[in-house]
Amino acid sequence: MSYQPSPLRLQREAARRRASHRSTLIAIISTVVIGTALTIIVTGAPGFKLVKQSFFSPHYMKSAFPHVLSGLWLNLRVLLVAGTFVLILGLLIALARTSHSPVLYPLRLIATIYTDIFRGLPLLLVLLLVGFGLPGLGISWIPKSAVVLGTISLILTYSAYVAEVIRAGIEAVNPAQRMAGRALGLTQSQTQRFVVLPQALRKVTPPLLNDMVSLQKDSGLISVLGAIDAIRSAQIETALSFNFTPYVVAGALFVALTIPLTRFTDWLTRKQDRARVQQGQW
Amino acid sequence: MKKLSVAITTSALVGALVFGISAGSASVAQAANSLPTLTPGVLTIGTDDPAYTPWFDNNNPSDGKGFESAIAYAVAKQLGYPASKVKWVKAAFNTVIQPGKKAFDFDINEVSITPERAKAVDFSTGYYDVAQALITTSKSKIAKAKTIADLSNAKLGASVGSTSYTTITDVIKPKNKPAVFDTNDLATAALKNGQIDGLVLDLPTAFYVAGAELSNGVIIGQFAPKAGSDQFGLVLTKGSPLTKSVSAAVDALRANGTLKAIAAKWLATVGGAPVLK
Repeated sequence: MSYQPSPLRLQREAARRRASHRSTLIAIISTVVIGTALTIIVTGAPGFKLVKQSFFSPHYMKSAFPHVLSGLWLNLRVLLVAGTFVLILGLLIALARTSHSPVLYPLRLIATIYTDIFRGLPLLLVLLLVGFGLPGLGISWIPKSAVVLGTISLILTYSAYVAEVIRAGIEAVNPAQRMAGRALGLTQSQTQRFVVLPQALRKVTPPLLNDMVSLQKDSGLISVLGAIDAIRSAQIETALSFNFTPYVVAGALFVALTIPLTRFTDWLTRKQDRARVQQGQW
Repeated sequence: MKKLSVAITTSALVGALVFGISAGSASVAQAANSLPTLTPGVLTIGTDDPAYTPWFDNNNPSDGKGFESAIAYAVAKQLGYPASKVKWVKAAFNTVIQPGKKAFDFDINEVSITPERAKAVDFSTGYYDVAQALITTSKSKIAKAKTIADLSNAKLGASVGSTSYTTITDVIKPKNKPAVFDTNDLATAALKNGQIDGLVLDLPTAFYVAGAELSNGVIIGQFAPKAGSDQFGLVLTKGSPLTKSVSAAVDALRANGTLKAIAAKWLATVGGAPVLK
C-alpha cells in the first residue's frame, strides 16, 4: 500500500503554502514601494541632472573603459602575486607564533613583533617607506619598479593580517586533536601537518577569502608609487575631462571582480555550517 | 540646464539686492560690489594645499607672493576688491571639478584650459601661456639627451591631472609606460631615487625643482606648444555669473602689461631652456 498523507497533513501543507505566497507578495510590494520612493527622492533632487552628467555620462563611460580595463589587468596581476606570497608568509608566521619549543623563542618573538608592527602601520605609510625609502638607500640590487615595491608593501601588510587569522584557526583546533595525533605515533610536525592544519585552515577559509577581497581593492594603492592601475587610469581620465564617470567605471569593474569571490565565500561558509550541523558539532 | 539658469538668475537677483543694501550704507563700494560673489562684498578664491613654489610662496597664498598669488590679487583689484576683501579657501583638485556650486568664486591652481574640461566648469581667459619641460639628474641615462628621439627608452614621470602627462603620451611617446604620481613632490622623490629617468613639469616648476629641490638637477629642454595652445585659466562654477567679469579683468591685466610684469617678477626666464624636437 502506498503512502497516503493524512488530511491533517494536507491541510497543514496548504496553510504553509498560503503563508509562503503571502510573504512573497508582501516582499514584492515592499520592494516596489521602497524602490519607487528612492527613485523619486534621487531623481527629483535639484542637482540630479548635474550629478548624472558628471558621474554617469555614457560618453565618458565608453571612452574611459579601455584605459580602466588595462589598469585593472595590473590590479589582477598584483593580486595574484601578492595573494600567493601573503598566504605562504602568513602561514609561516602563524606557525612560528604558535610554536612551543623553547629553541624557537626568538622566532616567536620576531613573528610577534612583525605582526604587531605591520598590522598597526597604515598601508599607505608602508607603501611610501618601501616605495621611496628602500630605493633611496641607493643599494644597486634593490628593485626600483613601482609595481614590485608596491607588491612587496602589500605582502608585508597583508601577511600580518593573514598570519593572525591563521593563528586563530590553529588555536581553535581542540588540543585533544594534537594529543590524539601524538598518541597515534605521529611526530610533532606530522601532527601539525596532517591533523591540526587541515582543520585550522578549513575553519578560517571565509575570513581568509575576505582578506583576499580586501587585498584586491587595496592593490590599487600602489598607484601612489607611480604605477598606473585601474583607479589611477580613472583619475587620469577624470583629470582630462573633469568628469567623474571613469571612477564609476573602475568601481563597477572592481565590484564585478569581487562578487564572484564573495559569493564563493558565502557558499563555502554555508556548506561548512551544514556539515558542522550534521556532525553535531553545534 | 533650465534649473541652472534659474539658479543663476536667482543668485544675480540676490547679488543685486545686496548691492542695493550695501550701496545704501557704504558708498565707497565700486561697481565691483554688485558682483554676485559667494559672500557679498568679499571675493573668495580657492587654491590647493600645499600651494607650490613658484606659483605661491611658503604655501601661503594670502601673502601676495608667488606668481598666482600676485595674479589673484591683481584680478581682485581689477574687480574692485582690495586685498582686505579677498578670502582664500583650500580647494583640492576634486572639489574644483565636482559638479554643482563650488566653495569659491574662482580657483587659481595652474589649471590648463581645454574644451573638454570647459564642458564641466567655466574658465576665464588664459592668464599664462605654459610650456612643458623635461628635467632629470646629472646621473640619469638621459642627462645628455638632445632630441625627443633620444628619450624613446626612458622611463618618464609626471603628476596626475597635468598637461605634463599628456606631453609624455602624445609628444614624447616613449616605449615605457609613464609613471604617474599624486604630487610633484612624490615624482621628484622618484627622480632622486632613480626610479624614473626624467620628470615632465611645466616650465616654471621645472626651473624651480631643478634649481632648488635637486642638487644635481638638469633641464633637458622644453616642448614648444603652438602659441596659446596651453594656457592656465581661472576656474569658476559652470555657468557662474562672474565668468564674464573675471575674464574681462584678466583681459584688462593682459592689455596693460600687468600679467607680463608679474610673470617677469615671479617666474624664471622661460627662454633659458632649449626647445626639444
